[in-house]
Amino acid sequence: MSTSRVAEFDVVLTRYLDIDGAPLGPLPAFAADAADLVPLYRALIRTRTFDAKAVALQRTGRLGTFASSLGQEAVGVGAASAMAADDVLVPSFRDQAAQLWRGVTPVELLLYWGGDERGSDFAGPRGDFPISVPVASHVPHAAGVALALKLRNEARAVLCIIGDGATSKGDFYEALNIAGAWQLPLVVLVNNNQWAISVRREAQSAAQTLAQKAIAAGVPGEQVDGNDVITVHDTVANAIARARAGEGTSLIEALTYRLSDHTTADDARRYRGDAEVSLHWHGEPVARLRQYLVGQGAWSRDDEEHALADAADEMERATEAYLAMAPQPVSAMFDHLFATLPVSLRSERDEAMGGEAGHA
Amino acid sequence: MRDATLVEAINAALARAMQEDERVLVLGEDVGKDGGVFRATDGLLARFGPARVFDTPVAEAAIAGMSVGLAAQGFCPVAEIQFMGFAYAAIDQLLNHAARLRTRTRGRLSCPMVLRTPCGAGVHAPEHHSESGEACFTNIPGLRVVVPSSPRRGYGLLLAAIRDSDPVVFLEPTRLYRAVREPVADDGTSLPLDRCITLREGGDVTLVGWGGVVPEMLAAAERLAAEGTQADVIDVATLVPLDAETILASVAGTGRCVICHEAPLTGGFGAEIAARLAGPGLFSLLAPVERVTGWDTIVPLSRLERHYLPGVERILAAARRSLRHG
Ligand SMILES: Cc1ncc(C[n+]2csc(CCOP(=O)(O)OP(=O)(O)O)c2C)c(N)n1
Ligand SMILES: [Mg+2]
Repeated sequence: MSTSRVAEFDVVLTRYLDIDGAPLGPLPAFAADAADLVPLYRALIRTRTFDAKAVALQRTGRLGTFASSLGQEAVGVGAASAMAADDVLVPSFRDQAAQLWRGVTPVELLLYWGGDERGSDFAGPRGDFPISVPVASHVPHAAGVALALKLRNEARAVLCIIGDGATSKGDFYEALNIAGAWQLPLVVLVNNNQWAISVRREAQSAAQTLAQKAIAAGVPGEQVDGNDVITVHDTVANAIARARAGEGTSLIEALTYRLSDHTTADDARRYRGDAEVSLHWHGEPVARLRQYLVGQGAWSRDDEEHALADAADEMERATEAYLAMAPQPVSAMFDHLFATLPVSLRSERDEAMGGEAGHA
Repeated sequence: MRDATLVEAINAALARAMQEDERVLVLGEDVGKDGGVFRATDGLLARFGPARVFDTPVAEAAIAGMSVGLAAQGFCPVAEIQFMGFAYAAIDQLLNHAARLRTRTRGRLSCPMVLRTPCGAGVHAPEHHSESGEACFTNIPGLRVVVPSSPRRGYGLLLAAIRDSDPVVFLEPTRLYRAVREPVADDGTSLPLDRCITLREGGDVTLVGWGGVVPEMLAAAERLAAEGTQADVIDVATLVPLDAETILASVAGTGRCVICHEAPLTGGFGAEIAARLAGPGLFSLLAPVERVTGWDTIVPLSRLERHYLPGVERILAAARRSLRHG
């Protein structure tokens, strides 16, 4: 018998700021001047304010079911801020942080989550995908977009965001495998918020890390502290740079924690204790970056008050605009079914619209 | 006998089935501690333990495929798919394996599994949570397709589905989960899996449908009665195998039929019933067969949901059209 070691791997975890926002060493170049991090901080606050507003609207019957990103804001903000405008975002249902950074407006998001068809179109990033509700089903789309970019020799990249639970799906494994085999310009970012509704990360997979799932696909996989926006931004930026340079796919597992219920339809107290949640408030991304900025003299109490007021103001105005929107016509459900509505469907549309006139 | 909602009746049927037969297992996403997102499996983990109630990873193909393996080994898995929009990933396993295992082994192996999933619109859920995809399953030979529309029928049909020796897809209309309470005797009595259920006998017009539209048909029948027209109301309940006799017998008496379902018109299972009427039922008909269904559109986001769902007014209009003939 002979055995020999034929492959060797390791998975690294990167973090620049410690849990209290103290730097653990020199920061990456983009973060050298703390003042340059202020836009990221504002984006974290903006996302958190949007989420709080959306949850409040749902609680008062003015929005549908909504998935807050409370505690995970740095994942979307860090990643989206590392993208170029012409890169393509292929997001999940909890990715409003990335969507907001990319230019989807709060009103558009509220319309969508409020059940209005018009929220499904956004003025901002025209090539970005809509959020994917079926878990992991968009990873193959992201690989397809990446193949398209590669076929056209464009130096662009695709960022696909999924959850920890999503890494259990065949769609994820299939797409990652192809992306690895074909060296596609794709970055898969796993928001590991430790929970998939009521199922803990440990119950989801026996793998020590989710990052190592990439290794089986021949794709580099690494972990980052997902509550440190500096680390998320830097790591995603590097992965995107590799993708653009023709160096293929990467997977990044961002370690974070879902501080909210799964969605407004969920009651997390059925399956996890408050003590666990309280514990994770220490180290959450907003306070962490704030502590760093304050420590660097780049942020004051005054700045904080103004930033919070600005965000509250923006979301208040967005809410007013959302609530004041005239209702969409009933034909909205037919308008974009096909490029042109087939003749056979016109009578259905007319009948549906007749229902609108009073005899539903 | 206690009053129960549909979801409570389903919970009671699951508990009863697990109690009476230790081969019955429950698996799916969040079915354990959380008790399922609609609470259909509430309390089962506490009562029957982690060797019989499994929270699975997010993996619909594996949930269905493992159920095939468990069933072949003599267990009776009852798998929950969280919403019908996610059941399509399980269709490969159902179509290529669950429904064919008995045939492919000439009866040596069988597949007594149940795949439960909520279906239909009407609860203002997000995208992909409101479809009525029963026709994707009714065209799979070897698979039973059952849709309850009341707490009692939910209880009796689910028990029958679990006790059956072949695979059953069991579709639970979400908007009926908590719509009404009625007395449900938790006495282990099941309902037949090949019988339509006549809910009302009238003799003037037949209203036939399943799932979420059944209460709408009953409400339409009330309104018709006030106008002096008596409707037969039939809950198909077991789409496959279809009890065409009950429907044909009703139409033999009424000569008029309004078929109602929430799924889109084209290729909907109502077309199968219409075809039976156009065949053996043709000479009973006094009026064209009417179909009142969801539009041939994607179920809209929640704001337009009520304009999508076929309701009382459309059923009434169709019945009146039908009654004007002959
Ligand atoms: C294919 C599929 N199955 C089930 C669901 C229902 N569901 C919605 S979110 C979710 C858990 C997802 O967990 P994770 O991937 O960790 O994302 P998170 O919600 O934590 O952001 C489930 C099971 C779904 N949306 N899609
Ligand atoms: Mg998660």
